[in-house]
Formats: sequence, structure tokens, C-alpha cells
Amino acid sequence: MSTVIENKTAAAPLKARRRIPTELGILLVLFGIGLIFELFGWLMRDQSFLMNSQRLVLMILQVSVIGLIAIGVTQVIITTGIDLSSGSVLALSAMVAASLAQTSDFGRAVFPALTDMPVWVPIMAGLGVGLLAGVINGSIIAITGIPPFIATLGMMVSARGLARYYTEGQPISMLSDSYTAIGSGAMPVIIFLVVAVIFHIALRYTKYGKYTYAIGGNMQAARISGINVKRHLIIVYSIAGLLAGLAGVVASARAATGQAGMGMSYELDAIAAAVIGGTSLAGGVGRITGTVIGALILGVMASGFTFLGVDAYIQDIIKGMIIVVAVVIDQYRNKRKAKR
Amino acid sequence: MLGSNTAVKLRTYDQASPRYAANEAESEYLLEILNVSKGFPGVKALSDVQLRVRPGTVLALMGENGAGKSTLMKIIAGIYQPDSGELRLRGQPVSFATPLAALQAGIAMIHQELNLMPHMTIAENIWLGREPLNGLHMVDHGEMHRKTQALLERLRISLDPEEPVGHLSIAERQMVEIAKAVSYDSDVLIMDEPTSAITEKEVAHLFSIIADLKSQGKGIIYITHKMDEVFNIADEVAVFRDGAYIGLQRADSMDGDGLISMMVGRELTQLFPERTPPTDKIILSVNNLTLDGVFKNVSFELHAGEILGIAGLMGSGRTNVAETLFGVTPATGGEIYLDGERIVMSDPCLAIQKGLALLTEDRKDTGIFPCLSVMENMEVAVLPTFSGSGFVQQKPLRELCEEMCKKLRVKTPSLEQCIANLSGGNQQKALLARWLMTNPRVLILDEPTRGIDVGAKAEIYRLIAYLASEGMAVIMISSELPEVLGMSDRVMVMHEGEVTGCLDREDATQERVMQLASGITAIH
Repeated sequence: MSTVIENKTAAAPLKARRRIPTELGILLVLFGIGLIFELFGWLMRDQSFLMNSQRLVLMILQVSVIGLIAIGVTQVIITTGIDLSSGSVLALSAMVAASLAQTSDFGRAVFPALTDMPVWVPIMAGLGVGLLAGVINGSIIAITGIPPFIATLGMMVSARGLARYYTEGQPISMLSDSYTAIGSGAMPVIIFLVVAVIFHIALRYTKYGKYTYAIGGNMQAARISGINVKRHLIIVYSIAGLLAGLAGVVASARAATGQAGMGMSYELDAIAAAVIGGTSLAGGVGRITGTVIGALILGVMASGFTFLGVDAYIQDIIKGMIIVVAVVIDQYRNKRKAKR
Repeated sequence: MLGSNTAVKLRTYDQASPRYAANEAESEYLLEILNVSKGFPGVKALSDVQLRVRPGTVLALMGENGAGKSTLMKIIAGIYQPDSGELRLRGQPVSFATPLAALQAGIAMIHQELNLMPHMTIAENIWLGREPLNGLHMVDHGEMHRKTQALLERLRISLDPEEPVGHLSIAERQMVEIAKAVSYDSDVLIMDEPTSAITEKEVAHLFSIIADLKSQGKGIIYITHKMDEVFNIADEVAVFRDGAYIGLQRADSMDGDGLISMMVGRELTQLFPERTPPTDKIILSVNNLTLDGVFKNVSFELHAGEILGIAGLMGSGRTNVAETLFGVTPATGGEIYLDGERIVMSDPCLAIQKGLALLTEDRKDTGIFPCLSVMENMEVAVLPTFSGSGFVQQKPLRELCEEMCKKLRVKTPSLEQCIANLSGGNQQKALLARWLMTNPRVLILDEPTRGIDVGAKAEIYRLIAYLASEGMAVIMISSELPEVLGMSDRVMVMHEGEVTGCLDREDATQERVMQLASGITAIH
């Protein structure tokens, strides 16, 4: 081919430029918030905020559950979608998993015939419930074409109702030791980080990831480029559902109980984590590393405010403002970068 | 915001300032651009450019893609701020902080990309942001309707002001854009390739509107890639190349070859390349292909090494045939045979597997992924072949992309550059690369050179001819008759969803094609 096309004016050399990772800014925000709490810690409580490994471990533990959901939600948002159902799906899968993880020592088990099951049964059941919810979300969105906001809003309401109906609102306790082991120690953190690494790699280096970004960038062009958009959307929502299910298993194992009220408004925290981490609601943009940092920012804020003894209501007020400010700053930064 | 480096005190327009009074300083020129420069990341878009517009004239602006024409116009219209240099309106230095400021000063622009709201009516679109209000400060719909009606009548556009813009064809939308720009009653009107989406009939209409505006003493800046238009309407032609002002030709002494060599900075030997004759081997055969309500009974055969041109007006169904062949809108009737084997084209995925490729008509809507990099845009159709294990083989893929960029002369600072930052021509080349990377056997090109400069056009033509000589079968849909006639072995003409004729290369003349395209067999 090169014989026909003469190089009349030499095209600019195509060099792979190393760019400053986009997460750097948001990482600085994370450190900045940490340092502010450190400062206030010395001023108000005369002790260090950061130099307390117990507190940091607890913080990361709390982040893990939201973080798991946020990893799924990030991928959904990249396709220009949204998933409002993850908190409710978490609760439902926590209930189902917990009901199959009870020990026979307990007289009033949900399923007396199904106690003392091997640990993989409740895990698989919890993941299965999440996956099923995700498949339903994705199928409704892909096949009927209704907005993801509506489809997942429906799932959010229904799944929460189902979680309550499952035991008529009764909490499920007396879970087996092998099950609660999933939530003890550093396990939730390990699960969270492993999942984050898996999807970081999947988004950046696999066909699955490339297609996800392409669909978010221009759905019509993606279709013409040979991408099975409907099937891919179902996969993305299914993954989000599966991760919500996993979060349900981890959360119930850690709390050693299943409750229908679990994960209330976690979906909003997960969306906030993704957006703070640089994921664009307009689609096509977003990275798992950013989302992990975004989740950590939320965790540091919650932990820091509690440390300083700030009233829980005031915490929420400040949290809301910080979410908006973080995104405004990020957008401003991107715009400046684009202009320069 | 303001270029405060100039010694002259700049007059800034903001929302409150009144319209500039004429005759403040008599000047021979309506608008002058002096030594304007503008840079973007990695590119010097304009360096030390000048331009002058006289009242009552049409100044055509020509140059290859990326020559800086659109950037300069966006500076004039207040969308970009110049890094240095000066704008003068009727002799007075001015500076526009926003597009609104430019509009209020009397400069209106018709953009290359349409900027209309599809769910709003024609009237609402035209008066957007300056709706006539009644005594209660509510939008006066009656008045708006009357004003729109009068405007459309004055421009001889027969459209209903209450029609939602989404119902209009692309050509009609373009006419609405033109009406909107005229409605500002501006002194300077910038038209950025206004004819790239409209047919000859509307072009003639547009030219008559331009003639009217000229006689009212307006100055018109007209950006185009089409040589014949320039000879038709321009009084002067300014040529740009690589962000620099190259020179000016007056209408009375205009010479086409000279103009082209000014633009490309080199001699263009021949726009259309030599063709090797097609083979006898039938690759694609289409029998009574029908899409209910859009087109019906389309039949043709396509040989290896052949270029089949499809001509027809906008809305004649040409694009729909391409989309149906490619499985975007599966057919409701008829058969498609590839190598004699019947195939039901149910989706684009299957079409790509079978060796088809479709370069779509609308780059912005169905072509590029605007927020992704050049490489991510190029690689998307070949990902299945480069990701057997699920993981994308980055290195060979990158090498292939780099090779294609070199072959097609895609001008980009790097493969990581966001594609939205490239010029239209380079975007188109990257999209063509996307499809050539799939090694298609049947290449469907829908308006492959829309909005592309002469130099790039010649390159694309040569590439198409080369691919055909290697045995690729090509279907080329185009509104530009010279292109269809210059490239095709046969020309199939469509009118309102039906094939009205299929002409061999020898029989295909502009007149014959136009006759068939307008669906009349009588004298035009």
C-alpha cells in the first residue's frame, strides 16, 4: 500500500508519550484530606489521626464493601449507564447467603433442614442472587431500551422489598464460623483489592474493557464497529450485580448477621466514589484506580469526622459538599488540561 | 480574557453593550484580521494570519484540513480567543469574549456541524435565547411564529415554523441553520462548509440567498473545499496552508490549477487515479433487497476489483441500502449472496466476520468515539482478532496502528491523542484505517470525502483505486458527482427508495445521473 501513497509531507512521528496519570490529582486530594484530619487531630484531640494502624485498618475495612460495589458501578457508568440497585441487591444477597450459613445449634433457623452447610453453598447463593439481579437489570435495559436509571430504580425497590419479605424483616444470625471467616481480619480488604486488580486489568488490557469504553464513547459507532452492544451491556450489568452480591456476602460475614436494612444508600456512596475518582457520567471515561481512591476518600472522611467527634448529621452535610467540590475541581482541571 | 497587550484600547462587547453604530470610522473593510496567532496543545493552529472582508463581497476561504480555517473563523465568532493579534470591525479594534458578544457586534456563523435541538420546533430553534416576549415577559409564540414565517418566506424556504427539527432531513436542517444565521441580521456572515450536507438544488437556493445578502452590503466569509462553488460565488479567494495565510486570488483572475497548488503547496498531477478494470468474479450479489417504507427491490452485482458508485439525492435511500447490507437495519425482503452463499445480514458483527466494512456517512454520530484516543478508535473493529485469549495483544496492535497511520498520513501528535482534537480529515483517515485493518473484501464507503481537502481526497481516491486493483470490491456512495463519475466502474442511481438506473462508466455523465436521481425521464 505504501507504494501508492507517497509521503509528501512527513507525518509527525508517533511516539508513545508517557502521561501523568489522571489519578494523581485525586490522590493528592486523598492525602490532603488525611493531612487536614492529622492537623485537626493534634489541635483538637492531641493525638495523631494517621499514626493509628487500628483506625486505618478499620477505615479500609469499611471502605471494602462500598469499594466492591463501586468497582461494578464504575463499569456501568463508563457505558453511560447507572446502577441504583446495588445497595438493595447487597441486602438481598446478604439475606439469602446468611440464611444458608446458619449453624444447627440455633433452634430457629430460617431453613432448619439447611443448616451446617459447607461454606461454598451460602457464598455461591449470595453471588448467584447478585448475578441474577444484574442479569435482569442488563436484560431489561438492553432489550427494552428503557433508561438504566429507571430499570435499576425498579430493581432497587423490588430487591429491598424481597430482602424484607424473605424473613418478614427478621435478622438472620448464628452464622457458621467458616462463613464469618470471610469477613474477619483482613479478608474483606484482600477480596476488595483482588477484585480491583482484576477489573483494572480487565478494563485496560482486554477486549471486554475496550468494548466497555467504546460503548460509552459512542454506542452507535460501537455497534457499527461490530460490537454486540446488547450482549455487552448485559455482561456489564451482570458484573455489577455479581459484585453487589459479593459485597453482600462480605458484609453479612463481617457482621455475622444478615439484615434486610443492610447497604442502605450504599449505591449512592458507590456512585460518589466512582465520580470522585474521575468517572464521567457522560460515559467513556473512568478507571478502577480512580474509583478505589474515591472510595478511600469517602472512608477517610467518615473515619476522620468520627475521630474528631463531629455530629453524624453534620458529617453528611460536609460529605455532600466535598463530593460536589471534588468533581468541580476535577472537571476544571481536565478542562484546563484540554485547553493547554 | 482580553488581549490587553495591544496598545489601542480595546472595545469589549458584553451583554449590555449596544450594537455597534455604523460609520464610526469609515473603513474600506468591514472586518480585518491582523497578525492573529493561536496555538493548541502540540499544534500551532494559526501563525500570524491576516484577512480582510469588504462589504458586499464573498470571500472564499480554502485550504486543506487542519490549515486553520475553522480555527480562524471560531476566533472571529468569539468561540476561541487569539493568543496574539488584532481584530478590527469597521476599522475599530474589537475583542469578543463570548460567541454572544460577536453576535451582538454583528458577526454570525453557520457551523460545519449542525447545532440544532431536535425536539424543538424550527421557530424555537431560530429564536433560541432571544425569544420575543409579550407584556408578561412570557414567550410570545404567535410573534415568534410570524417572525419565523416572514424569515423563511424571505429566504424562500418552504418549511413549517412549527415543525420539530428532528423531523427534518439533514439538508433541511442546514437550511434552518442558514435561516437562523440570517435572522441575526449580521453584517458579517461566516459559512463553514454549508454545502457539505445538501444537494445541488439547495446549493442553488443557498447561492441565491448569498447573492441577496451581498446586494444588501453584507460581507460573507465562505469556507469550502469545492472548487466549482468558489468559481460560482466568490469575489476573492484566500488560501491557507498549515496555519499560515498563503495568498489571495481575485475572482476575475482566478485559476483553478494555481489555486490547488497554492493549497497543497505542491503540484497535484491528477485528482482521480488510473483504474485497473474489474474482474469477472462476482463477490456480492443483491437480489430485490427491500426495507419496508425506505427502499425496495434493489438488485445489483458487485465484482472483485470493481467500484460501484451509488448516486442519488439525500433521502433517496442510498445510505439505507448500505446500512442494510451491513446489517445495521436488517432487510425485510430480498436476498444477499456473498460468494454465491446466501447470508442473512442480521447485525454488523456478522457483516464484519463475512468481510464487509462500512465507513459511515456521519463521522460524529456513528463514526468516532470522541473521548477515546486515536488508537482506541482505530483498533475497535479488529479487537476480536487481536484478543484470542481475552487479553488484547497491545504490541502487535500498536505496530499495526502506527503502520496504518503512516500509510494513510494520519496527522496526530501520538496514538494516545484524543481523536476529537484531530481535524475532520484526519479523523476520517483514522476511521478508514479502522476498517482497512479488518482486511475487508467488500468495502462500503458512504461519503468518504465529505469535508475533506483536495490533497487528502486525492490520497483517498488513490487508496481506493489501489484496493480495488488488489481485488477488493468497493461500493462508494457520494453526493459529489465528479467523484462518483471519476472513480466508479458503474454508477447505480437511486430516487425515493428505488433504483432508477445503472450506468456503465462510459455512459455515466453528470446530466444523465442527475436526470435519474431526480426521478424524471423528461427534459429537466
